[in-house]
Amino acid sequence: MTSAAVDTEAVAVETRAASRPRRRKRRAKPSRVALHAFLILTVLVWASPILWAIFTAMRPYSDTSEHGYVSWPRAFNFTNFTNAYSQSGMLHYFWNSIIVAVPAIFVILLFSSALAFVVSRYSYWFNVPLLIFFMAANLLPQQVVLQPLYRLYLWVPLPTWLSASGYLYDSYVGLIAINVAFQTGFCTFVLANYMKTIPRSLSEAARVDGAGVLRQYFSIMLPLCKPALAALATLEFTFIYNDFLWALILAPSSDVQPITAALNNLQGQFFTDNNLLAAGALLTAVPTLVVFVLLQKQFVRGLTLGANKG
Amino acid sequence: MAGDIATSARVDGARRRKRAVRLSTGDRIAMTVMVGVPVLLTGALIWFPTISSIGLSFTNWDGIGGLHTIQWTGTTNYRQIATIYPPFWPAFRHNLFWLGALAFVGTPLGMFLAYQLDKQIRGSRFYQSIFYIPVVIAPAIIGLISELILSPQQGLISSLFADPRHGHVIDWLGDPSRSLWAVLVLACWRHASYVMIIYLAGLKALDPTLREAAAIDGASGTRTYFRVVLPALKPINIVLVVITVIEALRAFDIVYIINRGRNGLELLSVLITGNIIGEASRIGYGSAIAVVLLTISLVPIVIFVWNSFQEVPES
Repeated sequence: MTSAAVDTEAVAVETRAASRPRRRKRRAKPSRVALHAFLILTVLVWASPILWAIFTAMRPYSDTSEHGYVSWPRAFNFTNFTNAYSQSGMLHYFWNSIIVAVPAIFVILLFSSALAFVVSRYSYWFNVPLLIFFMAANLLPQQVVLQPLYRLYLWVPLPTWLSASGYLYDSYVGLIAINVAFQTGFCTFVLANYMKTIPRSLSEAARVDGAGVLRQYFSIMLPLCKPALAALATLEFTFIYNDFLWALILAPSSDVQPITAALNNLQGQFFTDNNLLAAGALLTAVPTLVVFVLLQKQFVRGLTLGANKG
Repeated sequence: MAGDIATSARVDGARRRKRAVRLSTGDRIAMTVMVGVPVLLTGALIWFPTISSIGLSFTNWDGIGGLHTIQWTGTTNYRQIATIYPPFWPAFRHNLFWLGALAFVGTPLGMFLAYQLDKQIRGSRFYQSIFYIPVVIAPAIIGLISELILSPQQGLISSLFADPRHGHVIDWLGDPSRSLWAVLVLACWRHASYVMIIYLAGLKALDPTLREAAAIDGASGTRTYFRVVLPALKPINIVLVVITVIEALRAFDIVYIINRGRNGLELLSVLITGNIIGEASRIGYGSAIAVVLLTISLVPIVIFVWNSFQEVPES
């Protein structure tokens, strides 16, 4: 950082500090107070479904059945969480989620960055149709493709080391494939817009030096796109982890099914009362919440990169 | 301005010719793979099934016999779902209500919250973090949370306003005339958060001088918003329209996890799924409903595509 920049910053800090008391007096207007009151109230309402789930999950069933769900808790512990976790074998389903999500994210980013590279660096007649081809695929309601896709999955054979069923149906590969096919469009759109902001001169210089297309893509473009790739990876993780429909229809057996789709069978089978149900729901939300807390900036940027360029 | 574009177009043309000459065979193969593999995958798993849905909607197939047992029946499926298939019109109506709730409650609420958070206030980051949470949570989990709130025996509403331990319950989910509205509250909760994230980013990216100019001209806050901010955010507004319609058409997870989409929670998406894995699977009906969904979804898709490729000229 240059000293001039530091100077301006210092000045800015000083001015802010100097003007703060005055500003605060001015800012304590009734409208500001009202705004904060409104926001605090709204935040409480907004968080209430989650808070209610936590409250229910922390209380033993015996307590709630005796005193009702809206009552002062006599006991507060994590027993429901440990029970929901061990009885339902959730670990297995979490593992399935990871096996599907991680390779899918990797392939999505590979495909979409390759497409975006070609579209943003070369002018071909098919650039716009290509972007529409992928973007529209991402905007379709999933049910439009579901029925033929189901038949297709039951028809395409896979070797048994890839799929216990012998078909694309009910296999990790099948789930990864549909997530990739569906999500590539969004990432291509975002990355193509992102790459257009990177000066062409960079890859042109590399080309003059004799770098081929692959070299320009891997050694020049991908490193420059790291911020966008990180944001998209975060966002895609929540998208794929939260997917319910693909796994519900295309991979219904518990061997392969990820946790979110498995909730459909776990409720009623293991989550027999609302206390266990609340614990199971919250446990399932933990991975995405952790990712969100750690990578909130990436998550939000991923969502808004797509929208703001649109 | 027009001259600029013309020049750049000429430069582009010149570049294109040079490039076409310079690409080596290796480069050509690399680029064919880079474009071809994703196209094949998305073509096979999204577009081929889409076209098949359209084709199958005009046929009569039980899905068990081979492809040669498919019979062409013309528009019979469409006529039948509209006349003798009882769940179609309720489901269609529920999707419309869903769209109405998102469009008139969820989206405006999200925009309103974003506008409030865009004012320079303390703790804005804290407020934002809480407001974002519903977007991160899977819709299926929100379905489970709806049950925690709405279930007659153990739910919050019933426990709060009635006395389930003595047989007095409030059972909104069990009442077909109310269940949809109860669920829509939670659907709007999530949708408003989603809208808020996108709209807030748009507001922050807005040129502040626009608002300052309006303020100097003596425009009030409300007037500035409707006359200056709202029109300036046209691209974002279009994105909001698109996601609102698409989300309303996609709605599925919440109702399916609550009761598999019955008892007043029927949706078009649920009917399609029911025709795949349900007991009475009629592929023709399912496909015809899929085409109805496709037709409606083409409206926002075309708006979005038109808007994104009209303003940003290909470089």
